[in-house]
Amino acid sequence: MRFMMLVKSGENQGLPPKELMDAIAKLAEEANKAGTMIASGGLAPTSMSTRVRVSRGQLTTVDGPFTEAKEVVGGYAVFELKSKEEAIEGALRFMELHKKHWSGWEGETEIRQIFGPEDFPPKA
Amino acid sequence: MAVTATDTHRAIDAVWRIESARIIAGLARIVRDVGLAEELAQDALVAALRQWPESGIPDNPGAWLMATAKHRAIDVFRRNKRLERKHEELGRELQAQQEMAVPDFNAALDDGIGDDLLRLVFVSCHPVLSTEARVALTLRLLGGLSTQEIARAFLVPESTVAQRIVRAKRTLSEARVPFEVPRGPDLAPRLSSVLEVIYLIFNEGYSATAGEDWMRPALCEDALRLGRILAELAPDEPEVHGLVALMEIQASRSGARVGPSGEPILLLEQNRARWDQLLIHRGLGALQRAEELGGALGPYALQAAIAACHARARIASETDWRRIASLYDALAQVMPSPIVELNRAVALAMAFGPAAGLEHLDTLASEPSLQAYHLLPSVRGDFLSKLGRFAEAQAEFERAAALTRNARERELLLDRARACAAVPPPGPQ
Repeated sequence: MRFMMLVKSGENQGLPPKELMDAIAKLAEEANKAGTMIASGGLAPTSMSTRVRVSRGQLTTVDGPFTEAKEVVGGYAVFELKSKEEAIEGALRFMELHKKHWSGWEGETEIRQIFGPEDFPPKA
Repeated sequence: MAVTATDTHRAIDAVWRIESARIIAGLARIVRDVGLAEELAQDALVAALRQWPESGIPDNPGAWLMATAKHRAIDVFRRNKRLERKHEELGRELQAQQEMAVPDFNAALDDGIGDDLLRLVFVSCHPVLSTEARVALTLRLLGGLSTQEIARAFLVPESTVAQRIVRAKRTLSEARVPFEVPRGPDLAPRLSSVLEVIYLIFNEGYSATAGEDWMRPALCEDALRLGRILAELAPDEPEVHGLVALMEIQASRSGARVGPSGEPILLLEQNRARWDQLLIHRGLGALQRAEELGGALGPYALQAAIAACHARARIASETDWRRIASLYDALAQVMPSPIVELNRAVALAMAFGPAAGLEHLDTLASEPSLQAYHLLPSVRGDFLSKLGRFAEAQAEFERAAALTRNARERELLLDRARACAAVPPPGPQ
């Protein structure tokens, strides 16, 4: 099963401390060694982003930053795992690092399963 | 939301999947016996299943399991006075570990954990074991699969797998197989045994077609994961990256190679939009690493390079068949096989026309191992029909139809034979 982890937080919390970055790098290295993480990336701030939207039959293009958003996606990772529990365990370890190395930080990791062919079995 | 005992059991399963290989590898280094290490780790798992539903999951579950397993090891050694010295050694190590703050557990374990895992890979794939035993043991010890899961994956009874594992552990113990990474001249054959086991696991999953049992495609994922682990553990071995590249690229086609009613779809007819670009990207990266390590490419890297030619072509007609033909030429030299030659003939035909393919194919006509192989007449029929030699082509398709055991394929071949028969013989206009 493939999962995407979306890490969300407020953008006004400043730069992450070095200890956190080091700990995350180590965790990522472990995930690589475990053969489970197949992609990951950090996203540029929303001040550099653009939204293209359809609403009431109209297309609009709006450049960031988007002040109304409390929490935005700042990074993602894609994992190949056996179960959602494994994904939760991984996310707990990731967020534990934030708790430990960045006091006061608030945010969340959202775990979303990526559908594969096995989720659309042939009809009997 | 209340956490139920079932939730906890599922969480324990997840922790086990993540931690078991490292725990077994770490224990094996201490007790020098893979079978005993696996039993101790299992004991710790049983203890967790008993205690965690009540106490909750500890902050560092991996450390908890390892410490519990080491306590069990001490108990075993206490009962076994002859191993007094090891007992003391173990006691010291455990004490040292307890003195460390729990969060530093991973750092402590990291020291040489990669080496321990690599040793575990080599022991699980040791040549004293039968191929089936190597596969079962590798999935069990490194893949963290239960006996039941392995049995389901290979469609054999659970008791068969359990027996295989018990016997394998006994064999390793009796043969006094050392817990170490082979060096010098031993390394190459031992590494190829490891690669063979991983690729066998992959193919067992890859050859499965669609059905209710999706456990077999999961086997591909297990093999891929094992390959990726091995690539991290032995980054200087080009063939390890070659195998990973081959598996990633083959796996990228999983979603495209089976039709809606379970029928196989040939590579050139597959909808390439359904290929998994993430896996292709990873596969091409792994192939590049194999190539950058230098030297002549081995069989896995060459097969990966061939798969990469297909992966790079956005549509089938853009395939670089000349390059594929030359890669098959190289492959035939490092891994001579009539099947490779047959594939080479197909590549030559695609690159230089059916006459070139036929010429190469006819050098294989007397190959004894291909006499009952339906693909030889099937491919020959294809070349002949493209050359307009329909009567000969018809005979080849009929011969191929008589040889295949697959009903769907037989139907297809007989269709082609009939189509050849329908073409009027050449004559004066």
